Amino acid sequence: MNLILIAIGAALVNNVVLSQFLGLCPFLGVSKKINTAAGMGGAVIGVITVASAICSLIYNYILVPLDLVYLNTIVFILVIASLVQFVEMVLKKCSHNLYEALGVYLPLITTNCAVLGVALTNVQNSYNFIESVVCGLGTAIGFAIAIVIMAGIRERNEDNDVPESFKGMPIVLLTAGLMSIAFFGFSGIL
Amino acid sequence: MNGVIIATLVVSLTGLILGIFLGVMGKKFAVEVDEKQIKVREQLPGNNCGGCGYAGCDALAKAIAAGEAAVGQCPVGGAAVAAKIAEIMGTEAGDEARKTAFVKCAGDCEKAKENYKYSGVKDCSVMPFVPNGGSKTCTFGCMGFGSCVKACDFDAIHIVNGIAKVDKEKCKACGKCVAACPRHLIELIPYDATYKVKCASKDKGKDVIASCSAGCIGCMMCTKQCEHDAITVENNIAHIDYDKCVGCGKCAEKCPKKIIHLD
Repeated sequence: MNLILIAIGAALVNNVVLSQFLGLCPFLGVSKKINTAAGMGGAVIGVITVASAICSLIYNYILVPLDLVYLNTIVFILVIASLVQFVEMVLKKCSHNLYEALGVYLPLITTNCAVLGVALTNVQNSYNFIESVVCGLGTAIGFAIAIVIMAGIRERNEDNDVPESFKGMPIVLLTAGLMSIAFFGFSGIL
Repeated sequence: MNGVIIATLVVSLTGLILGIFLGVMGKKFAVEVDEKQIKVREQLPGNNCGGCGYAGCDALAKAIAAGEAAVGQCPVGGAAVAAKIAEIMGTEAGDEARKTAFVKCAGDCEKAKENYKYSGVKDCSVMPFVPNGGSKTCTFGCMGFGSCVKACDFDAIHIVNGIAKVDKEKCKACGKCVAACPRHLIELIPYDATYKVKCASKDKGKDVIASCSAGCIGCMMCTKQCEHDAITVENNIAHIDYDKCVGCGKCAEKCPKKIIHLD
């Protein structure tokens, strides 16, 4: 029960993008098409889940026993950066189209604060290994949900008669704001 | 002190393990890339300026390797890089003649007459809204406010004595100034073009003489001199066909206004 709560809490109630405002760069950058948005969501799910697992292991079994908790940010970043490199390699090999579509945003997952954010949240809430993985997975799914919904709305928006001054980014930011308010409604379920 | 050593050890060990992991995975997931593409990429400057029109050096290298882009496409590397890439691709670098931008106006502060003193916004694009399209009597020539200078990424064009002048050596013929000039005075000509018509005025001879001492009056003297049919006069302005021009200089000799120049 506790694990389900953590997952739902991370995915919907404390959605990384829409209520914690982390990882906004890819959220706005790669949300033009549902396909690429879903690809980005998938990549982020992979990276965050594995990153939170490894970070949790490193934190609980290396940093805490050695009394090196203050190093957590630097070690987490190391892990995240190499994971992103790894995901990039895999994507380049297995799905070259997706690799090209994601472009510069793929290496930018490294600096996606959502990834580091989850790792640090896990530490702050002193989650154990399994809780960390679930929390990471939930957060990442939350990110994927948000970016795919956003892409869907943006695809629809293309056909709409947007006022001249709102064309482009302004309407996207407004949409993001409205989505954020909508997700606020989830705060009642926990 | 002990803490520092342990901290250093932990971080460097983590880095080392991850590095080895990435190295092994890099081998395992290596994607077959065209060997030429890698070699071409090594020759390119790598500052991803986008001056070639591609997204970056990697994209250009891919295009060159695929034969979609010219070996000399990189404006930053210039001839040296083009030669090396041509070697990799097994073609001649000289395939494409080097070009340079050229400003078709010689009406500098002394030569072009002014109707009035202009002291407004110094920008070529506002000139259509100024009486007579600027203070110069000639409405075809360079206004000298440097829209082209701002457009140039390579510091190759400057305003000298009231008119734009191209530094042939620095010019990469990217065409940005050509697009920037509101009077369409700049054109791309072969780098080794000898004689050029330094005027763009379509006014009649009398009006040209009245407004500038370096203007083409459309007298056709040059066309009569040319043995190669390389120079024509259309709309009161002489035009040299650089494919036909052999650079004999007879047109320049006869030009009464001396507007056909060597430099």
